[in-house]
Amino acid sequence: MATTTFPIPLAVPRRSLQRTIAIYLKEAKYELINKTRIPIYAISTIVFPLMFYVLFGIVLGHDNPANRGETATYVLATMGCFGVMAVALFGFGVSLAMERGQGWMQMKRASPMPISAYFLAKLFAAVVFSTVIMLLLLAVGIAFGGVHMPVATAAKLVGILVAGSIPFSAMGLAIGYFAKPNSAPAVVNLVYLPMSFCSGLWIPLFLLPHGLQVLATFLPPFHLAQLALNTVGLAPNPTPAWGHVEALLAFTLVSLGLAAWGYRRDEGKTYG
Amino acid sequence: MSTAISGKLSAVSYQPSAISHQPRSVPASQPVSIARARNLKKSYGNVVALENLNLDIHPGELLALLGPNGAGKTTLVRMLLGVARPDSGSVSVFGANPYQGQMRGRLGAMLQVGRVPETLKVREHIDLFSSYYPNPLPLQETFEIAGLSEIQDRPYGELSGGQKQRVLFGIAICGNPDLLFLDEPTVGLDVEARRLMWSQIRSLIARGKTVLLTTHYLNEADALADRILVLNQGAIIAEGTPAEIKARAMGKQIRCTSRLTLEEVRQIPGVLSVKADRNAFELQVHAAEPVVRELLQRDSWLADLEVTNAGLEEAFLALTQNHNAESKEN
Repeated sequence: MATTTFPIPLAVPRRSLQRTIAIYLKEAKYELINKTRIPIYAISTIVFPLMFYVLFGIVLGHDNPANRGETATYVLATMGCFGVMAVALFGFGVSLAMERGQGWMQMKRASPMPISAYFLAKLFAAVVFSTVIMLLLLAVGIAFGGVHMPVATAAKLVGILVAGSIPFSAMGLAIGYFAKPNSAPAVVNLVYLPMSFCSGLWIPLFLLPHGLQVLATFLPPFHLAQLALNTVGLAPNPTPAWGHVEALLAFTLVSLGLAAWGYRRDEGKTYG
Repeated sequence: MSTAISGKLSAVSYQPSAISHQPRSVPASQPVSIARARNLKKSYGNVVALENLNLDIHPGELLALLGPNGAGKTTLVRMLLGVARPDSGSVSVFGANPYQGQMRGRLGAMLQVGRVPETLKVREHIDLFSSYYPNPLPLQETFEIAGLSEIQDRPYGELSGGQKQRVLFGIAICGNPDLLFLDEPTVGLDVEARRLMWSQIRSLIARGKTVLLTTHYLNEADALADRILVLNQGAIIAEGTPAEIKARAMGKQIRCTSRLTLEEVRQIPGVLSVKADRNAFELQVHAAEPVVRELLQRDSWLADLEVTNAGLEEAFLALTQNHNAESKEN
């Protein structure tokens, strides 16, 4: 970069810490407001898991009153995982692909906003939506499915699944940097639905063919679901939690690496 | 053009004396610039977007980058904003590399955006972007300048095209920046909305701001700018005051019937182009008088002579095409 002398005052504008914090808070607030006002997002992420939970966890479990509560608890863990994934994958992947591809991201990047505020705001919205979904599922399970567990266990289950939105947010980020705005929803669905099925979120894994059971151990939703099932004492083969955490951590790092690559690649493009 | 000129004069007369420390237009030779680009090159694959481009933006001026679509205007703006990097060459804005971003608090940008989050209300968008800047304007002031007071509670998605552009304009000015980039601010607007945007842009200059405006309308650059750079195929092909650029671009159209052949007419010096229209010829020329004199000399039967101003867009095309032809000959 050539250096030149400028007679113009070169004061670098400084922002107080207070103002910087205000940016993060406002960004998070408006991201959340924006998401709650998009009916298709709010409905598909909250209503679908709830509907599936009622169907698979409560209505179908009714036939066998003996372990009705157990079925409802099992499906609470797996559908919770399914719900949290949708929030993160759609909230990050689709919205990022759109805002990037349609030039909005460029407006943000041209502004003095710290880029981390943008990503943390999306993560914040994902955490809030995930918490809402988990609390709703839990409430329905307790009220209609015969779910009963100590408050501490319930809190741990909600906590684990909400924390589970982090690896899937990272994955959404990576998808958001590589998918085109129009194809992003399809790409997310192509990843999300088969991965959920193969990880045993729809049908318990032990009912699936052996090949799929092996495949599942390579899929992140499997590990999150095992952590959730461990918490409620329903994991078929209880394995040490640490292994699942490690798998999710590794998956998060790989996704973030891909996203960072996409971010750098994006800077040279003509988008916008 | 008379309305445009009077509007410009009024913008100057509104300028408060307290901030009249900067001259309205600085001669290009003067080394004062708050943003500069040197030898910028950028290509996307085989397409050359910028070719050895040099640019200086002087404090307090409204510089218009005039050029057809695909001339490289947006690419240049993106580099000055630091959201794209040149293949080679250097850019500095307020003495710093814009790519590093520490000067963004002094910049405002109105970019061509395909889609803005539609559920957020106008007030919310402005509130959010204002929070990014160290010394933003009070919200009400932004609303007043950008003409958003009456639509501040409406979601972005429900606005008309002109209103949407005003919101983007509001986003650009809300941080009270010293240097503004307005990338095609009036594209797709109707005449009324365009006039409104023009008066808003003039009020920025009255506040002592520096503005880089890109446009593909010659009359827009003429109405607003202190200085115009004509950009074509990634290179600056003309630079000057609006009057100078117009003198170069504004041709005349001559219409006549003649016994000369099309080829003979084309040979006359000063004829940019000629076409046969029914039994008449239509000539595009820079200056009408020498060509008319020549026509009358060569053909005493010449009749139905008509001289009119060429349309602005045709003239602009003539300017860029002329340059392309010249560069091919060289």
